[in-house]
Amino acid sequence: MREYFSNIWTSLATIAIGMKVTFKHMFVPAVTIQYPDVRPELPERERNRLYVNMDDCIGCDQCSRACPVSCIEIETVKGLPTDDIGKTSNGKKKALWVTKFNIDFAKCCYCQLCVFPCPTECIYMTDVYEFSEFERKSLVYDFVTLTPEEREQKKLNYQKYEAEKAAEKAAVKKPVTPPVTEVKPKIENPPSTETQGENKVS
Amino acid sequence: MSFETNKSIEYKPVVKTEHMVLNMGPQHPSTHGVLRLELELEGEIITRVIPHIGYLHRCFEKHAEAMTYPQVVPYTDRMDYLASMGNEFGYAVAVERLLGIQVPERVEYIRVIMAELQRIASHLVALGTYGADIGAMTPFLFCFRDREMILSLFEMTCGARLLYNYIWVGGLSHDLHPDFVRKTRDFCTYFKPKIKELNDLLTYNKIFIERTANVGVLPLDTAINFGISGPMLRGSGLKWDLRKDDPYSVYHKFDFNIPVGEGKVGTVGDCWDRYWVRVLEMEESLKIIEQALDQLPEGDVTSAIPKRIKPPIGQVYARVENPRGELGYFIMSDGNVNPFRVKVRAPSFVNLGVMDVLCRGHMVADIIAILGSVDIVLGEVDR
Amino acid sequence: MMYDFFLDLFGNEILAAIVTGVTPLLFILLFVLFAVWLERKVSAHMQDRLGPMRTGWHGWLQTIADLLKLIQKEDISASANDKPLFNLAPILVFAGSYAAFAAIPFSSYFIGSNLDLGIFFIIGISGLVVAGILMAGWASNNKYSLLGAMRAAAQIISYEIPTILVVLTVVMITRTLNLHTLSEMQTGYIWNWMIFGGPGTGLEKFLLIPLMFIGFLVIYTSTLAEVNRTPFDIPEAESELVSGYHTEYSGMKFAMFFLAEYANMYAVSAIVSALFLGGYQSPIGYLGNLIGVSWLVPIEQFFWFTAKGAFFVFVQMWLRWTLPRLRVDQLMALCWKYLIPIAFVNLIIVGLITVL
Repeated sequence: MREYFSNIWTSLATIAIGMKVTFKHMFVPAVTIQYPDVRPELPERERNRLYVNMDDCIGCDQCSRACPVSCIEIETVKGLPTDDIGKTSNGKKKALWVTKFNIDFAKCCYCQLCVFPCPTECIYMTDVYEFSEFERKSLVYDFVTLTPEEREQKKLNYQKYEAEKAAEKAAVKKPVTPPVTEVKPKIENPPSTETQGENKVS
Repeated sequence: MSFETNKSIEYKPVVKTEHMVLNMGPQHPSTHGVLRLELELEGEIITRVIPHIGYLHRCFEKHAEAMTYPQVVPYTDRMDYLASMGNEFGYAVAVERLLGIQVPERVEYIRVIMAELQRIASHLVALGTYGADIGAMTPFLFCFRDREMILSLFEMTCGARLLYNYIWVGGLSHDLHPDFVRKTRDFCTYFKPKIKELNDLLTYNKIFIERTANVGVLPLDTAINFGISGPMLRGSGLKWDLRKDDPYSVYHKFDFNIPVGEGKVGTVGDCWDRYWVRVLEMEESLKIIEQALDQLPEGDVTSAIPKRIKPPIGQVYARVENPRGELGYFIMSDGNVNPFRVKVRAPSFVNLGVMDVLCRGHMVADIIAILGSVDIVLGEVDR
Repeated sequence: MMYDFFLDLFGNEILAAIVTGVTPLLFILLFVLFAVWLERKVSAHMQDRLGPMRTGWHGWLQTIADLLKLIQKEDISASANDKPLFNLAPILVFAGSYAAFAAIPFSSYFIGSNLDLGIFFIIGISGLVVAGILMAGWASNNKYSLLGAMRAAAQIISYEIPTILVVLTVVMITRTLNLHTLSEMQTGYIWNWMIFGGPGTGLEKFLLIPLMFIGFLVIYTSTLAEVNRTPFDIPEAESELVSGYHTEYSGMKFAMFFLAEYANMYAVSAIVSALFLGGYQSPIGYLGNLIGVSWLVPIEQFFWFTAKGAFFVFVQMWLRWTLPRLRVDQLMALCWKYLIPIAFVNLIIVGLITVL
């Protein structure tokens, strides 16, 4: 009998305590934010969409090798001795034309493993997190600043150079011709725009 | 089924009854993911439970064989996605033991802080979803509100909220943010009253007690026979915690208790005890965090990271106390940059095995209560 | 009465009857629009959220937006459904809860039908809801739905007993089943309400006060169970049975269940307030009487009645967002071991007091 009434009493009491808690919270300001109108402040180390600064990229393929999901695809062509590919911001001379630098953000797992090995710190994570697309292939971003024609041109140039070199080697076997050292000034590539997301393939 | 007339059927005067088979899941609001429970019911009483798993199988172990050692870390995140820090911690401990390297003090302390914060976050999800399973939605959102704060601390440190890739073999990806210590202390002071509020709202509620006390009682011997670990084992009354009993990292330097189930409102080892152990563990984790913040040494967190991880031929088994129990990594190396074999002893997977024993004779509503108290994460069960 | 009023207005009996019948429906629809929004806001603010904010001021048009969405939805029904029952069930459920509004006195004039057996009619017609729920669960051909429907049937029928016992307690004091008369008896000020012992005076009234409080608690709990609200929302139990008997419904049929649920919530709150809290009577007297504008009084009464109903609906929501859910057997234990004995003892004591 005592248990019977104590059951009733504890039920009512604990329900009342619970109701008090929820009632208090009616007047506590909300912790949520109205997302599309109000945006959360992102910390500085935020890990979102990758960006590659192609001015600095030397095409070393280290990011691609570090990636656990193989979402970075890089193809490079060796520059001709006559080409001026430019310098990275830390003064290194580039030796490769990067003809393909695709990051598939549908595969990317935002683990940041590609960021650390980069010798020129040209691949980094930005704070852009809204980039949904209707098609999966639209999530493949192309970061190369060369136009498709230029890329073909670079490949052809190198093939031609290789062929010439091979022919030269076959023709003159003994003496090695001094390497062509004079650098012909060539029209530099248009500086890449800093705005993110513009250089994607649609 | 054959359409021939079977002459051997004898006439039975009683009405033929059969058990109803109810498939709970894989799309069900409270199977915590894609678990399918095949229930055999007699009315609402359960006669058998068969858990079917594998809907979230992502070949972690096979995948790890194709990855280099650092590349495995993001994959470990995705096993128990509610306790990613713990998974990374375990993996790092295992590979470091294989390599035989010593990591700086500061790294160990930060790892412990992260793992304990993660334990709180993980238990908050466990408790919150448990409340939601029982029918109280409000504690669920309160718990998630507090968990978001922990996730913000993680985000500040490494930039990600859920899958961190923070604890690397030999070190950490980033040092602590300058604000981290202050904000973590703020969180500790903020969080203590919230535990009391949770207790008021849910833990001591009579209806909640009625639903969980004396339900799904797991006797200690059964628990040991099934290899149960973590809060489930402690809920059954055994003081077994790898942080104390097989100390790894710097856990031996901290003073904390191991809460065990005492059958405060029911029998030892019932759902309420398992729940209560988790609540108490959050308080203990807060204690560890505060001590670790006080003792936090200075140093470089990336100095011990090997440039190229190529362990000698050999094998190692390392285990850590994850929020869900003993998380063990068995790693076999053939001297290459890829592990030869990685086997994970996932606590959720082992703990799930006892469902049938726990559920028999209970009602359908109790399945939810029991499953919630087992606290599985399907990402880890299926790996 | 309302019918006479409309008869005077239109001079046509059929038209008057139709308008009398449609008026509560209008009220239900408006109330449901408000209550669904309120439920979302109450739950949101209790959980430190804001709830709907994008449709109108603090999202007050959210329910209308939802309704528009539900209307546009495809009316899905699985091939294994029992079609006639499946289609009939939501209508039956709604009809049951709508019919109950016929005898609810919103004010001294606004009452659909001034039945002498008002409260008896309401309890009887609410039984239709059980049939509808059972039909829905059976016709869905889904094990979860069936389990939900069986639970609902068991629950609603058992909880009608304590409800009726408490109603009997009140009826023994007032000696009428007519809700209009019952409300009229509680006129005057707040201490004339049944929860404070009713219109009587002297020792009898003081003896009745605690008993009436107990009766009030019992009937509120049991009506909560009758409309399947937390902690008694076992038939729906979204974490166990997905959503019980209306799992398979979509579009407008689902909206009918939803409408019925909220209409029921108001109906039981109205009954509780009519029985215990003076119905449409004001607790502090009427402004209309004070300034001598007699037509203001029914409007004030309507306001008070709606406010009382809305308050109880709010308490139902408050409880829902605070409490966990009981288990089936515990639900039955609560009914048979606690509510019914208490209601019985209450009934006997009140009976003795009224006789002596």
